[in-house]
Amino acid sequence: MLGFVIRRILFAIPIALGVSVVCFSLVYLAPGDPLQTVLPPDATAETIAIVRHAYGFDRPIPVQYLIWLWHVLQGDFGRSIATRRLVSLEVSGALANTAMLALFAAPLSFGLGAAMGAIAGWYPGRAIDRLVTGAAVIGVSLPNYWLGIVLVILFAVEFMVLPASGMGQSGSAAFSLWRWSDARFLVLPVLTLAMIPIGIIARSTRAAVAEVRGLDFVTTLRAIGLGEGAVLRHVLKNAAPPVLAVMGLQFGYLVGGSILVETVFTWPGSGFLLNKAIINRDIPVLQGTILALSLIFVATNLVVDLLQAALDPRIRRR
Amino acid sequence: MSATPMSTALADPRDRGGPAQPMLIARGLRRYFRLKGRGQAVRAVDDVSFTVFKGETLGVVGESGCGKSTLARLLLHLLVPQAGEMVFDGDLVGAARGIGIAALRQQVQMVFQDSAASLNPRMPVRDSIAFGPLAAGQSRAAARQTAEALLQQVGLRPDLFGPRYPHELSGGQKQRVNIARALALGPRMVILDEAVSALDKSVEAQVLNLLRDLKRRLNLTYLFISHDLNVVRYISERVLVMYLGQVVELGPATAVFAAPRHPYTRALLASRLSMDADRRTLEPPLQGDPPSPIDAPSGCRFRTRCPCAEAVCASRAPPLGHWEDRASHIAACHMATQGSGHTLAGAG
Amino acid sequence: MSETAIQAAAETPPASPMRGYWRSVFARLGRDPITLCFAVVVLAIVLAALAAPLIAPFDPYQQSIIGRLKPPGWRGHPLGTDELGRDLLSRLLYGGRISLLMGLAPVLIATLIGGTLGMIGGFAGRLANTAIMRTMDVFYAFPSVLLAVAISGAMGGGIGNGILSLSLVFTPAMCRIAETASAQVKHLDYIEAARASGASAARILRHHVLGNVLGPVLIYASSLVSVSILLASGLSFLGLGVQPPEPDWGLMLSTLRQSLYVDPLGCALPGIAIFTTSVCFNLLSDGVRRAMDVRA
Repeated sequence: MLGFVIRRILFAIPIALGVSVVCFSLVYLAPGDPLQTVLPPDATAETIAIVRHAYGFDRPIPVQYLIWLWHVLQGDFGRSIATRRLVSLEVSGALANTAMLALFAAPLSFGLGAAMGAIAGWYPGRAIDRLVTGAAVIGVSLPNYWLGIVLVILFAVEFMVLPASGMGQSGSAAFSLWRWSDARFLVLPVLTLAMIPIGIIARSTRAAVAEVRGLDFVTTLRAIGLGEGAVLRHVLKNAAPPVLAVMGLQFGYLVGGSILVETVFTWPGSGFLLNKAIINRDIPVLQGTILALSLIFVATNLVVDLLQAALDPRIRRR
Repeated sequence: MSATPMSTALADPRDRGGPAQPMLIARGLRRYFRLKGRGQAVRAVDDVSFTVFKGETLGVVGESGCGKSTLARLLLHLLVPQAGEMVFDGDLVGAARGIGIAALRQQVQMVFQDSAASLNPRMPVRDSIAFGPLAAGQSRAAARQTAEALLQQVGLRPDLFGPRYPHELSGGQKQRVNIARALALGPRMVILDEAVSALDKSVEAQVLNLLRDLKRRLNLTYLFISHDLNVVRYISERVLVMYLGQVVELGPATAVFAAPRHPYTRALLASRLSMDADRRTLEPPLQGDPPSPIDAPSGCRFRTRCPCAEAVCASRAPPLGHWEDRASHIAACHMATQGSGHTLAGAG
Repeated sequence: MSETAIQAAAETPPASPMRGYWRSVFARLGRDPITLCFAVVVLAIVLAALAAPLIAPFDPYQQSIIGRLKPPGWRGHPLGTDELGRDLLSRLLYGGRISLLMGLAPVLIATLIGGTLGMIGGFAGRLANTAIMRTMDVFYAFPSVLLAVAISGAMGGGIGNGILSLSLVFTPAMCRIAETASAQVKHLDYIEAARASGASAARILRHHVLGNVLGPVLIYASSLVSVSILLASGLSFLGLGVQPPEPDWGLMLSTLRQSLYVDPLGCALPGIAIFTTSVCFNLLSDGVRRAMDVRA
């Protein structure tokens, strides 16, 4: 097991480095000179040269990458071009808000999705299975940014029971989960964010449970006289590893893919920050946010792999 | 081009060296497989040399895992040998002035053991047979004609069986298709890697007879690999016995079966089922599995299972002996070598 | 195949009545009325988008200062007008062309590039395999929305950049699927036999490996279309894909959102279009998967 853990962690390092290379190259994907974003349009040739040197843009690109990586490893992502604040501060503040959404959406969608999927998989072909399968397809086909808008129309415009957007008067810094006047701002974004994972997890749980239910050992369990409840427990335990993998991936998507929902609800999280950075062509913030989010995704996958191996001894040998 | 049978060896314009020139000479072939994550290697084929004469059938026998299939793949360069050389009809294989791999594969073909896995399940068998000629540059119509003529030759009606998919054929029919596919390029030599081993006994006999018949009509040379001694005895003129990647005995089939000189060959013969109650032998059958080829025993590799093993067997590997011509009968055993230090030397 | 061969084959007691894999797939699809229904809806959506210039009642770019955000039926506008007084139905029809293009093109590109790379990677030696697959792993390490947003965000908006970034998002997963299928057959005897017959690697890939790779790749591609439509509209919604004044469902959603309080229905319409298309492609893909997955 220890060998597997070490191998898996060593395997994640080159992936993380590759991710950093991609993030670094985003600067060069942008059309035109990357300097244009920091320079006033009327800058003289002399100023351009000075700034170019100051930012290290006159060095070979691999050297620039190594310098950038060195700074990043020390937690220095540079400063935002738009606000002049440290990127690391901007990103960490936004990440906290995104994490808040994800931490509420994850248990909601994982619990609901798994329960729906388990029921459907236990009764394959029955009406309840069709109902769940249908609902799951709708869940994964819904554009969640549109669902957000519809929810706003219903609950904020028509019924006026929940706020449409933002984090409320106290703002990001003083936001408290324990005050309903603040917490109610969470309700709609969390619901919207949970929709797709509910569908995906319901689908994969259904598939896993239905498959395990048909295996020979289940018949054996019944034959030795186990009650249905105990059989169900055995089936769920055996169906868990693949579902767990899907859940891990979905948690990564909740954190890294919330940009659309955050934009709809103007929730000041990492996705919203990313959107602002794109509009302002704020490359350091863009790089920093994407690097942070994708590294979280890599780490999530790593943790899921290790958890899976802990649950299923067959995986360790690979 | 060669769907039509050739009448005699001399009529084949590709015969460069004449009847005395061996079809294939293999010298010191070697292939180890590195094991992932460990420093060890499997010695699948370790310094194997032999000669195949024109028009003969050389049988290769040994337990599974002794390197027979690896040897077959080395001969066709489907696996690249790590050492050793091959001479095909007088031309050094792969050398600048010799014969190229592509040209070699035109003249040496192979039939695989698993008749199902060796046919593309998504292709009608006729197309599988025509694939080689097409790749070699024949036109579609010509390749199709070659394929149908070959189906006829292996005893399958082309109109009936040509359009079928492999899953619509029996094992014996599939293997006939595989034989047709191997013949499609008009080879002079065919390697049969356990080609009849997976078949029922009755079907096996039919296919063996087909192979004999084709050999005579098309003037082929066979390298016949099998773990079944009865089959090898039936079809081969000479026999080569392999153990853990090495040749342990080589000689004319009659001599090897009548008077085996290596204890491994004796054990193999003894463990074979005999219908004849009078011919039961008192030789002990082989005990256990062959040792792992990863860390083969020192000295003679067979000593761990040999009833006659002595100290000299652990300290020195026995040489195979001096091979002169097709009548030579040699064995890699200290007992078969005078003055080797073994108490029974010269007795066997 | 000659006439006589077919007849002779038909006369023999057939091992399987249906010859050929694809024919049996289509036969199974034909026996699945629900999937056929969704296929018809998908076809209708595609046809409506293609025929937009013929059936749209108005010019989708024609603005009107007095006719902004009008309800359905106003002066012959079947679904009303948008925030610039343009006919909503016409914009929805024209928008379908761009939304479908942005949904389908990346899947097609990713299937071609990822499928080819994966097929080669699975068949080639260890070095080429490592080079291809480890590169793919890096791109696989991004959440898909994030990667699409990052690339089109850095490169700037536009249909072309949007298609490019989505293609890059889908390629790694496609590559993995093709690689697995290709590696499965790599060591089978019929591939060795083909090599022994002197055929080039390209020829073997085309005739012997492709058939095995095609199935899983197409199943996966069909399931990607719905995802791609959602993501493409999402990019446009963020202002990264299609640029105004082009009509596109995601972009319409984003501009109409500003008038959410005035005209909730107009705001809901493009979303319904995206949702319907995505659901139908999803269910169609499920049906195709069921028809293709059955082991003969």
